Formats: sequence, structure tokens, C-alpha cells
Amino acid sequence: MNSRALTYVLAAAALLGLTALAFAVGRYPVSLGEIVSLLAAKLTGSTHNLPANVETVVMQVRGPRVLAALVVGASLAAAGTAYQGMFRNPLVSPDILGVSTGAALGAVLGIFLSLGILFIQLFAFAGGLVAVGLVYWIGSRLRGHDPLLALVLTGVVIGTLLGSVIALLKYLADPYNQLPAITYWLLGSLASISPRDLSVAAPLALLGLAPMLLLRWRMNLLALPDDEARALGVDTRKLRTIVVAAATLMTAAAVAVSGIIGWIGLLIPHAARLLVGPDIGRLLPLAMLLGAAFLLAVDTLCRTIATIEVPPGVLTALIGTPFFLWLFALSRRSW
Amino acid sequence: MLKVESLAFGFPGRTIGRDVSFSLSDGEVMCVLGPNGGGKTTLFRTVLGLLAKHSGSIALEGQSIETLSRSEIAKLIGYVPQGHSGYFAYTVRDFVLMGRTAHLGIFSSPSKKDFDVADRALASLGMAQLAERPITEVSGGERQLALVARALAQEPRLLVLDEPTASLDFGNQVRVLERIAALARTGISILFSSHDPDHAFLCAQRALLLAEGRALEIGTPLEVIRPDTLQRLYGVSVQVLALAGGGHTCLPAIGS
Repeated sequence: MNSRALTYVLAAAALLGLTALAFAVGRYPVSLGEIVSLLAAKLTGSTHNLPANVETVVMQVRGPRVLAALVVGASLAAAGTAYQGMFRNPLVSPDILGVSTGAALGAVLGIFLSLGILFIQLFAFAGGLVAVGLVYWIGSRLRGHDPLLALVLTGVVIGTLLGSVIALLKYLADPYNQLPAITYWLLGSLASISPRDLSVAAPLALLGLAPMLLLRWRMNLLALPDDEARALGVDTRKLRTIVVAAATLMTAAAVAVSGIIGWIGLLIPHAARLLVGPDIGRLLPLAMLLGAAFLLAVDTLCRTIATIEVPPGVLTALIGTPFFLWLFALSRRSW
Repeated sequence: MLKVESLAFGFPGRTIGRDVSFSLSDGEVMCVLGPNGGGKTTLFRTVLGLLAKHSGSIALEGQSIETLSRSEIAKLIGYVPQGHSGYFAYTVRDFVLMGRTAHLGIFSSPSKKDFDVADRALASLGMAQLAERPITEVSGGERQLALVARALAQEPRLLVLDEPTASLDFGNQVRVLERIAALARTGISILFSSHDPDHAFLCAQRALLLAEGRALEIGTPLEVIRPDTLQRLYGVSVQVLALAGGGHTCLPAIGS
């Protein structure tokens, strides 16, 4: 087995081990044996003689949360992979075009209007799509500039504008009921994810993933200067639109159920690229494995290291910052 | 192969060249000479369809360039742009494989045949041993050759090279010019720009002198590369000397 294949196998094994661990640990510990026999019973449709608590904890409490961590982590890492390639910059994260800020504004607006959780998520999802759509529409109308630069700068200014609207809504919000909910959402959390949230978010994320998988080879050419990619036969405007739409869909679906969890989309693709190189076909699967494993590990820590839940966004930043600086020092100039 | 008539070119809203006409037949090499900012790169980008022409016409094998899609153009013209250093760390082979894009379906990855074409292109430039090295870790000259290999992997009829010798040492310059002459013998037409008039003498059948966006002269290198045209082009005194063994060379007159 060559070292590249070994990397995938190790990443998959780590993910599997972490998944088992995540089901086992917590306020109500479940043994690995119990998990395995429950799983076997569910798969074969037979009955089991485990305590009812075990089934509730595994299927109702931890199941959706573990799956959510996997879906959200993999989605953010995939979107980050696509964006870093497209913007030819390893320091780019999925929210560069404003998807997270747009989603945050949508969610904050939903909370501000005292809407139900379903509408808050819907607003977040729509907010992410609308923000990126707006940035893309304005950016592609700024002719006579490098199209990528126009896009990034539009993303920055629109993001700042949306940020100040969020600040205004926080200022106007009821400080006892709404403000804590807003803060909680902005920090991100997987604690209250329901099976229904997952059944909506996961298909949307897959819908975003499909074009990336299909176009995995051609996406590599977006990492070349625009002229070069076009001279090689790529309609870069069309391809970029598809990739932005796909990455935005994945991110918006993830952010709508989890809130804003930073660092994953920035850090994980970068780490994966150091392991297997920049080719999207090799990079994307590894980034998704590592993203899923990383968020699962973080979320499991979040619910076990203290008596209260630690917001995962805080933990990803605490782990992410030194890790990123270390990667940066390690990689010298070759991304 | 290529026919350019009364072409005006430039950026949106800013014409920088006009009245350029020339044609190139199969296996013919044309060298474009001109000062910095004279419009060489802009002319090439327009011929490649990367910039919209302002007026006039460009035809590739009898077809007007506006009627061709990006991938149809890419099958006809290979482009070797000026060096660029901000690539991701693709291996040289993966980088050259990108030349196969126009020959692949939109959802396809390169097949064995595409790998063979890429490896042949690398081998023809003496780069086979660098195939697994990251493009970010080879020398400037090797990167330039990788760009040529990528354009060859397109299997084009016309190769457009924008100052292919600019960042190369003397030996690599000669090697690139040798490759240009050898490729032309296989029937590929070649359009390249250079800062050295001797390069036109060495491997081009025709030379185009481009100053301020206009074609000052066009003809065989010997016809158009003269002390008076070089004076107008670059503003310096140059002698054109006939060499004893055949051929010509330019010698600047310094301090005389």
C-alpha cells in the first residue's frame, strides 16, 4: 500500500473510532458492546434486551448529534476545499463570499421576529444563499477587474454591511429572551439538532456535493490564472458559478442547523492538501473525512469536558489557531 | 491556419492596437518583436479569444474565432503564457495533464491515453525525470518548459508563446528555440514574442515588428530587422551583421 492510500485508511479508521467513542462517552456512558449489539439488533430487525435508556441515548440523543457533526464537518471541509482551490489561496474559508454572515443575519432576524425554530433555520439557509447570490451578482458586474478579486472585495464589503445589520438587530433585541438566543446561535452548537433537521440538511449537503464530485478533475483548472484556464478550454465563468453555488448550498445547509462554527473550512482543507497534494479528486474525500472527524472530536469534547456545554466554535478556534500557525510554519512556501 | 485582418485590439473601452494584419500557414514560425508595452501580450490574448477584438477579423482554419467555443479554440491553439509563480503544488505531470482538458468530457478525468500524451510531451522537452516533482519546487526555466509541455499536451495546430525565453538562462533559451524549430517541422504553426531580434533570425520564417499597437513591418526577418527599424522600435543603434557561416545577428552599438 502506498503512503497516499495509507492516509485515507488511517483517516477513515480514525473517523470510525471517534464515532464509536462519541456514542460511548457522555453523562450516561454506554459500553462499546452495548452499541454493537444495539446496532446489530437494529440492522437485523431483531429485538434486544438492553436497557431502554441505552436505546434512547444512542438513537435519540447522541445519534442525531453525531450524524450532524459528521455532516456539518464534512460539508464545511468540502466547501472550503472548493473555495481554496478556486481562489488559489489556502487562507480562504467557505464564508469568504458571505454565506455565514448572510445565514447569521437570517437566523438573527428569525429570532428577533420570535419565529419558531423551523423558520429560524429556513431564514438562515435563505440568508446564506441570498447573501452569496447578491455578492456574486454585484461582483460579476464589476467588469474590467480580475473577476476573482472583484468577487472577494464585494464579499468583504457586503459581509461588513450585513454584519452591521446583525449588530443593529442585537442592539434592538430583547436582552432577556432574544439576545442570549442570538449569541448562542452565533457561537454555533450541535446540542439541539433533531432528526428532522438532519433529514433536511443532509440531502441539501449531498445536492451540493454531487457537482463537486462530478467536476472534481475540471475544478483543478480554477486554481490556474483565469487566462490559462480559459486557454486550456474551460468556460471559467460557468464553472465558477457552479462551484460557488455548490459550495454555498453545502455551507448554508450546514450553518442553518449548526450555527456558525468557524475554522473547519479553513483549517481542514489546508491540512489535507499538505497530506495528499492539491488535486481535488484526491483532496476532497480526505478533507471530508478529516472535517467530519475533527468536528466530531470537538463536539464530543464540548459536551464532556465541563458540566456546561462549551460552544464548539470556541473550541475550534482554541485548537485551530495554534494548529494553523504550526501548519503555516511547517509548509514554508509550497501549499 | 491563422488569418488576422485589420485587427483592432485592447481592453474593454481602451483600444491599444489597430490595423494589424498577418497570416500564418502550417509549420510557419513568426516572431513578434517590439518594446515593452507595445501590445504583444494583448495581441496574443486577442488572437486566443481571451480578449474580445475591437474590430477586424481573426480566423482559425477558416472559422471565425467568435463562432468557436473555448474548448474548440483550445484544441487548435496552445498557449504558453509568461511565467507565473502562484500555482498550487501540483506535480509537473498533473500540471501538464491540464493541457488535456479540451479533449475530455466535462465530468471526465484523464485516461491512460491522456497520461501517455502528457508524458510524451514532457519527454520531448527532456523533462520526464521531473514528472513527480511539485511545480512549485522546480526552477523558473523548468516551469517554463512545463508550460510548453502543457500546451503541447493540447495537441494544438498553432502554438502561441508569450516571451518563452524571458526567464531562461542562455542554454535553456537555445533549447526552447530548438524546440520551436523542431515543432514547426512537424507542421505546427508557431507565433512567439521575444525581446531578442536574434531569436527571429535563429528560428522564424517571418517577423512582425509591433510598436504602439501597430505593425511597423512584417516580412522575413532579414527584410524587416534593419538598423533603421530597430532604431524606431527600441530607440537604440544596432548593426545587423551577416555571419560567415550563414545567418545574421544584431549587435548594439554602445557608446559610439
